[in-house]
Amino acid sequence: MKGKIIVCRCEDVTLHDVEHSIELGYADIEEVKRFTGFGTGPCQGKECMALIARIVAERAGVEAASVPAFTSRPPIAPTPLRLFARDPAGDPDDGAGSEER
Amino acid sequence: MAFGSDLVIDRTRSGEPLPERAELVIIGAGVMGLSIAYNTAKRGLTDVVVLDRGYLAEGASGRNGGGVRQQWSTELNVRLMAESVEMCRRFAKELEFNVWFRQGGYLFLARSAAEVSRLEKNVELQRRCGIPVRMLDAEGARDIVPELSLDGIAGAAYNPSDGILFPWPFLWGYAQQATKLGVKLHTFTPCVGIDVEPGGGFVVHTERGSVRAARVLDACGAWSGEVSCMVGVELPTWPIRHEICSSEPLKPFLRPMVSELSSGLYFSQSMRGEIVGGVSLPNEAPTLSMGSRLKFLAHYSRRLVSLIPRLGNVKVLRQWAGPYDMSPDGNPILGEPPGVPGFFLCCGFVGHGFMMAPVVGKLYAEWLTGGDKHEIFGLHTLDRFHGAGAGDVAKEDFNIG
Repeated sequence: MKGKIIVCRCEDVTLHDVEHSIELGYADIEEVKRFTGFGTGPCQGKECMALIARIVAERAGVEAASVPAFTSRPPIAPTPLRLFARDPAGDPDDGAGSEER
Repeated sequence: MAFGSDLVIDRTRSGEPLPERAELVIIGAGVMGLSIAYNTAKRGLTDVVVLDRGYLAEGASGRNGGGVRQQWSTELNVRLMAESVEMCRRFAKELEFNVWFRQGGYLFLARSAAEVSRLEKNVELQRRCGIPVRMLDAEGARDIVPELSLDGIAGAAYNPSDGILFPWPFLWGYAQQATKLGVKLHTFTPCVGIDVEPGGGFVVHTERGSVRAARVLDACGAWSGEVSCMVGVELPTWPIRHEICSSEPLKPFLRPMVSELSSGLYFSQSMRGEIVGGVSLPNEAPTLSMGSRLKFLAHYSRRLVSLIPRLGNVKVLRQWAGPYDMSPDGNPILGEPPGVPGFFLCCGFVGHGFMMAPVVGKLYAEWLTGGDKHEIFGLHTLDRFHGAGAGDVAKEDFNIG
């Protein structure tokens, strides 16, 4: 049954996949992300992160609030390359766009 | 995605304490440390502990573009990489882990006569080493990648036997097999100090306890200098941030990794269908920061869309960064530094350690287990940068991206 419970819709990750990752020792939320691929699709974790953080916390026997989200990656939403290509920060000699996210 | 068997790989998670002693402690569970651990264990030296301060794939081994190529400018690197490619081909079978290795080739694009002659010189060397690489004109490049804009393209070098892999499972495969053979892997175990024992050997102190070790190997990539300082060894290496990004998945259309010499642009299509790529940014100051910047994404997008205009409508899903471990002559630093016998270095791979790791791990393990000492361990030493013999090593100038 756990192999049929989808916990990340973008990448078809099941509850079983998440539990298998934790059993192997890949139990940190960053490790679970890499081992199962959850949160690496179009939603970038916006739909699935809270649910999987709760599973990770339960298995580790800690409060859900103590499991941090995995590192969020820009851009905020999927964005066409042509829009970035027009950005003035694309001139490498210009100092624009140097803020870190 | 689902990988692996029902084996507990990570001792930290199972609550196991560090062992009191080990023959070899490897600091850094990146691809280099894990490849060395797997290969030493395979050769019978299983009393090995691998430490990492974070999780597997947290450093540059989990942040690179997965390219594996034989197009290099020194004969040594061409021959080493030819062996590494063969090892990548056999990896899934030998280590029982699918690393999604795909030999779609590497296409290097030149935009000037000078760049063309640079490629021609390398191609001549590579062909002498038996690599099936060839020069192409602009039209020939478009036969390989029909979507290319030929505007300003002066020529290209194409080797069909280069390829790409998915970096993360490579680490898990090495970790799983090394563990099965008896290697102890402890992640989230930062090394905080190393005592050099007067009678030989070391005590490696971590936040989770100490391990006595006959030998220690530093394979911490861009962080290697922090560890070598603990035994009084200063490295001439420095970290440079390289950013990279991934698009939404597309139907497979792009066979090779494509790289533009003039900008350091590189991109390939992963087995998941994403376009994964990066570009060089000029005048970058040394940093271990892994923050992401709009400056990178805008410059990358500009270069990529001008080369393949049709990609303009493809969406970027995410960007990230990792450090290159730069060395003064573009070659790695290996072996025992002067004055600290039993302490081994494996760093300075200038952003290409991942593809070198299969062969370097094998060669290192041969040496550490009493077998042959390959010439790289005599050539690529720390003391080549000082005193007699300094500057005798052929400079590798084809570190692209």
